[in-house]
Amino acid sequence: MHGDEVSRPRAETAATTEQPILRLQSVGKRFPGVVALRDVSFEIARGSGHVLLGENGAGKSTLINLLGGVLQPDDGEIWFAGARYQPASPLEAFKAGIRVVHQELHLLSNLSVAENLLFEQVPSRWGLVNYREMNRRAAELLAEVGLDVAPTTEVGRLGVAQMQLVEIAKALCHESKLLVLDEPTATLTAREVDRLFAILHRLKAKGVTTLYISHRLEEIFEVGDEVTVLRDGQHVTTRALDGLSIPNIVELMVGRTIADHGAIGTAAPDGEEALGVSGLKLAADSPEISFSVGKGEIVGIAGLVGSGRTEVVRALFGADPKAGGTIRIEGQEVEIASPKDAVAHGLCLATEDRKGQGLLLEMSCAENMTITDLTRVSRRGLLQRKDENDAAARLVRGLRVKTPSIHQAVRTFSGGNQQKVVIAKWLFRGPKTLIFDEPTRGIDVGAKAEIYELLGNLAAEGKGILVVSSDLPELMAICHRILVFSKGRISGEVPRAEFDEHRILSLAYQEYGRVRAS
Amino acid sequence: MSEQVDGAATQKSGATWDNLLRISMREAGVAVALVLIVLFFSATAPYFATTGNFLKIFVQIAINTVLAAGMTFVILTGGIDLSVGSVLALCTVVGATIMTDERLSAGTSITLAFFACLGTGAICGAINGWVCEKWKLPSFIVTLGMLNIASGLARVVSNNSTISGLPQPFVEFGNLIFWGVFPSIFLIAVGVVLVGWFILRFTVFGRFTFAIGTNEEAVRLSGHNPRAIKIAAFTISGLTAGIAAMVYLLRLNVGSPIAGIGYELNAIAAVIIGGTSLSGGKGSIIGTLVGACILQVLSTGLQLLGAEDNVKPIVIGAVIVLAVILDTYRNKILRLMESRQR
Repeated sequence: MHGDEVSRPRAETAATTEQPILRLQSVGKRFPGVVALRDVSFEIARGSGHVLLGENGAGKSTLINLLGGVLQPDDGEIWFAGARYQPASPLEAFKAGIRVVHQELHLLSNLSVAENLLFEQVPSRWGLVNYREMNRRAAELLAEVGLDVAPTTEVGRLGVAQMQLVEIAKALCHESKLLVLDEPTATLTAREVDRLFAILHRLKAKGVTTLYISHRLEEIFEVGDEVTVLRDGQHVTTRALDGLSIPNIVELMVGRTIADHGAIGTAAPDGEEALGVSGLKLAADSPEISFSVGKGEIVGIAGLVGSGRTEVVRALFGADPKAGGTIRIEGQEVEIASPKDAVAHGLCLATEDRKGQGLLLEMSCAENMTITDLTRVSRRGLLQRKDENDAAARLVRGLRVKTPSIHQAVRTFSGGNQQKVVIAKWLFRGPKTLIFDEPTRGIDVGAKAEIYELLGNLAAEGKGILVVSSDLPELMAICHRILVFSKGRISGEVPRAEFDEHRILSLAYQEYGRVRAS
Repeated sequence: MSEQVDGAATQKSGATWDNLLRISMREAGVAVALVLIVLFFSATAPYFATTGNFLKIFVQIAINTVLAAGMTFVILTGGIDLSVGSVLALCTVVGATIMTDERLSAGTSITLAFFACLGTGAICGAINGWVCEKWKLPSFIVTLGMLNIASGLARVVSNNSTISGLPQPFVEFGNLIFWGVFPSIFLIAVGVVLVGWFILRFTVFGRFTFAIGTNEEAVRLSGHNPRAIKIAAFTISGLTAGIAAMVYLLRLNVGSPIAGIGYELNAIAAVIIGGTSLSGGKGSIIGTLVGACILQVLSTGLQLLGAEDNVKPIVIGAVIVLAVILDTYRNKILRLMESRQR
């Protein structure tokens, strides 16, 4: 419907006369402990609108980073516009003609719109910036994307939607052949989305190929001709969008399997409440969040990245300020204004950013484990090394942390062992309720199983456990109950008996659909 | 999996050895450098290897060592204290004013001056820390402000003049020499370093100092309040500026509003040469002592070699940069050792 030659089914590729603009051939990318992409091969037809889909952790971001020159593939080849494509940096990527508009915008907020647009090719004469020429060309580009601001406006003063358009205008100025848009509509209003689509159609008419990533499934039909689905780092399918429905697409995205690891089998003990949250608000105008976690219960929080999962657990832990709501610990209403308060009430949070927020990387395994409660290994302010070493040695044995010595710096540990140290440091404090944000991200399968077992044991001891994870099969394996977050609110709650990946995923996408429809 | 476990067991002795090496490398590296420099000057510079010369060096080291000891705490938490030089000046005039007060007996005035010096320094330091934490400002700016404020206050207190005529027992104590080569003020400086070393190595506070410099957010999310620790580090730096002011009075016997100009940079140089990382979390106060020694030995040695006064700062400047360059190599070697160990 949008272009003649491009909407043909993929099976006929060999027959098409025109070369694809982008071809991936057995592309693989590994990170320590995880395979992010495995043997991915597909093609994008020149001038087409191509949509890339997949659950959290399916490998979309990695793929975008390969195209954008941020990462380099470990295996396989990428061909772009008929030539081998091996960018060593983002600069080389857009010199080659691929422009990636990331979800987080990378604009220089205290420079003008014009300076941002022409940053890589400032018009100059004898080394002096030719501002008149710069602003003239910027004005042209802005007109092209229909953004009505003066080229001299400081970017920091623009709204998010306007910044998005500046990013796209920037792509135009480089005459990119392939424009990669990662969640461009995540922060846009319906009207702004319409304008963005109009621009994309215009670009397409000019022959620019787009690769489009979105959580909003219904909008992909407006911009795309073809869709590629990734699952678990592997290519599932590339086919024409014509004839597919949203349920079909969800069907293609789900179905990830998870290795058997002796998941908890028991039903949730209907005991007392360990942690209760009522009317928690992140900002004055954000939706109210209420839920509770029972003693001995593992509650999962599912949802897309950016659906507010991390923000909610951080706010309830006191790591970030909140706008309202009450928190109960064992039925008692408590005031939590800082992590210090939270910890004093027996709460703990293993953050998603292990290295940045959880560990003292340069310090030893023992020092990391005891940092949560140094009073237990000190007397009158003096550290008792022997007590500390004994405690650390017990935790290392108990959690099976693999290290030659408790004095080893945790920087040298693998992801799985680092996560065990994070868990150990909280166990040392003796919490009543534990919150885990992405506890198995970047961890190999063996260590994952051990961490699941640990969570199960902690629950069996009667502790309340809240687990945020992007890995749906993982949550389904270990949780008694799953809360599904969608765009900052809880769109559903699913008890273990009714676990169904399809249903949970639909709930996760629910609010995003509603916004577009309105 | 079992292979890994076996590997860990056989590596155990190797690991301890590596650990020892790693710990010692930070301090031993600079100590070896100091020994080499001393040997070099002993061989080349006339009069360098004499008791009289070492005595002179020990006298000159004292003030900077005390300042640098406090500075080590601040730098370990990831901050910087530019105000110590002028806080020292303020403390000297406060101390000298009290000691020259004729209404007081010598003993009373010395005791009062001691507490006033340390108190003034500690208050200045606490203000530095509190302002930094209250408004989340970079310590560079806040202590730069304090540098000027304390300097101005020193002029006000002293009426813009030097204050001399300190009590005789005080002056005599400052001139004492123990075992023929150790002046009293040097022993005070070493005492300050030892206390600092003990605090950093054996107390909960010391552990937090390192932890905050390593990852402040992780400490906060572990349920602690990093602010109090950071304010305490600045207070310690101010306190040592007060102690250094007492040492200054013992050595020069005058309180002066223009004392201590540029001292903060010498103190920072000693800390950095001593192997403490400017970004915090890594370092040692023993290293700082050695760093202060290196600076002074270089200065004295070059002088004895007949180097012009203008040449000295050039060499010392180069040494500061060289020390940091060597530090990057030291870190690379350590990482190499660790990766081999894995």
